[in-house]
Amino acid sequence: MSALETAAPSHTTRRRWGRVLLPVYSWLVIAYLVFPIVIMIIYSFNKTIGSMQLVSFTWNGFTGQWYRQWSDVPGLTQAFWLSIRLGLTSTLISTVLGTMLAMALVRYRPPRFRGKSIFEQVLFLNIAAPEIVLGASLLGMFVSLNIGRGFLTLVLSHVMFSIAYVTVTVRARLAGFDRSLEEAAYDLGANPWTTFVRVTLPLIMPGVLAGALMAFALSIDDFVTSNFLSGASAPFPVWVYGVTRVGIPPQVFVFGTGIFAVGIGLAITSIVIARKKV
Amino acid sequence: MALRAEGETTNKAEGTERAAARGPRAGRPGRVLAVETADVEFVGITKAFHELTAVDDLNLKVEAGEFFSLLGPSGCGKTTSLRMLGGFEEPTTGRILLGGQDVTYLPPYRRDVNTVFQSYALFPHLNVFENVAFGLRRQRFDRTEIRRRVGEILEIVDLPNYEKRQSSQLSGGQQQRVALARALVNEPKVLLLDEPMSALDAKLRRQMQIELKRIQAQVGITFLYVTHDQEEAMTMSNRLAVMWHGRIEGMGSPKDVYDNPTTEFVASFLGASNLLPGTIESKSSDVVSVAVEGGVTVHVPPARLPDLGDSRAVKVGVRPEKIGIAEVSSTVPDGYNSIHGRVVVSTFTGVGNQYIVETPLGVTVTVYAQNIGRQWAPRSGDEVILTWPVEHTFTVKPLPTSVEINETEGD
Repeated sequence: MSALETAAPSHTTRRRWGRVLLPVYSWLVIAYLVFPIVIMIIYSFNKTIGSMQLVSFTWNGFTGQWYRQWSDVPGLTQAFWLSIRLGLTSTLISTVLGTMLAMALVRYRPPRFRGKSIFEQVLFLNIAAPEIVLGASLLGMFVSLNIGRGFLTLVLSHVMFSIAYVTVTVRARLAGFDRSLEEAAYDLGANPWTTFVRVTLPLIMPGVLAGALMAFALSIDDFVTSNFLSGASAPFPVWVYGVTRVGIPPQVFVFGTGIFAVGIGLAITSIVIARKKV
Repeated sequence: MALRAEGETTNKAEGTERAAARGPRAGRPGRVLAVETADVEFVGITKAFHELTAVDDLNLKVEAGEFFSLLGPSGCGKTTSLRMLGGFEEPTTGRILLGGQDVTYLPPYRRDVNTVFQSYALFPHLNVFENVAFGLRRQRFDRTEIRRRVGEILEIVDLPNYEKRQSSQLSGGQQQRVALARALVNEPKVLLLDEPMSALDAKLRRQMQIELKRIQAQVGITFLYVTHDQEEAMTMSNRLAVMWHGRIEGMGSPKDVYDNPTTEFVASFLGASNLLPGTIESKSSDVVSVAVEGGVTVHVPPARLPDLGDSRAVKVGVRPEKIGIAEVSSTVPDGYNSIHGRVVVSTFTGVGNQYIVETPLGVTVTVYAQNIGRQWAPRSGDEVILTWPVEHTFTVKPLPTSVEINETEGD
């Protein structure tokens, strides 16, 4: 009894400290992560000096000019749309292929699926291999095969590096999948395709969507591989890198802010959907 | 080959026409469905998984409208048999006929059977209505028909107004009813039930057994029920088959199989039996005498003698509740077998008394006396005489001594 009473105060003190420390620590981490983005957002509203419309990191006064003239840098706009097209195309392809691969890896074993372990090793290598190596070797391959660099080579390479991420995410979701649900669907007269569309896919959808989002995120900000493989027209990150030697047009920050806003929007939507389901 | 080609035309689409042809009143409770054609036949079915033979030359016929149970310990091949009829496994050899048509190699979605899975397998992303409507949607019924049928079947399984619930919000018993409704709503030729009660507690299980009997009587569909619970099988079935090591050990009505077990396994798996090893001494047209090891002769009706081949070794059996227990001085009536013994354990179970009696034969005999308050109740240590009518004596072919019947096999 007395031991409990003496122990109680120190326990509550520790708790009180925890109640303060944890939020402080969390906010510090968030600040650390968000700080560069905040800088970018702030300077997207900065005026420029002189005739060269380039970002300077001294505050010259507030303006919304760059948002009004967001498409005034033709190369940038073109690069941005190329990135979007590239991201969507490669995400679509890698999500479909990655989901199929995940299903094969979870459901079939060596007598029927020869070389399964090789597949798994390649997937791991694909994630672990330095991108610079992938990019350089892809460039070498395309050049030796005489395939011109452009949208096709970009899509091929983006599918290649994102497919493994999709597979890993979908496979995690499939691991706990109750196969008797599919048997129940067959039993009720659904053929394999209907079963996949009506039962399997809806149930693994969170994994598929997570994989797709990851694939898109990887594609939209990929620089290393894209730098090797973009021909005449460069995607957004490659284009931005190219202009930094001269100076950054403020519209780059506008696009950056836009991409960030869309990302936040997606994150909030997914939280809201997840909460609704429970 | 000809049969198989015929079988391939039986698909769910045909089921639609059949269902539609019955018209709007067909879905009414209390109707009797397709009694003329619906029956199941396993013809020489063997299923081998690598080294293991799960089902060994199974021959079985289930009549239309019957409640038929496959009973046996886990690993006896009962679930494998059910899965072959459902289309989830292909037999190694043999044929499966459904309503006279060969369905052996048809995929599950082209067979007119539906299954209630052990885990229920309700679709977690769909509500109760969509779960039940799943099969009807595959058959492309129109909306009003689907709505009507789902409402009706939910009424039958006693879950009206549950359409909007998510399956995760239902109790185990309710989930089972939804699983049942989801299968029954398609009006299959045969409903397959794979140990559907195993996840329910004892009280709910007994309640559902009665419910299931009622529902079966109401819809008139053939039920093929798989269970390891002998009491459950006896309570519900019109007929049952006891399976062991992939073979049928005994088949018939519950009473028939219980009273006339034909093998040692059936005698000990289906209820309890006292089995006394012995040798056939003499046979006549109206009585068989068996010399039980230890020096007692027991009489058995000739009809209760299994096919023994050349062997004369048998086990004589009698059910514990068929034995009367009396003071050692009492006389044995005509037409009764008797053994002397001494009560070792006496247990009161409420509805009766169970006695373990040691006999000079070297075996103990279990006796079960109903608590009807009249008869003499011996105590531990009392010398008694055990008597039972000759007609309640059966004999079974003894198993090789190396084979052990593990009664705990069925969980």
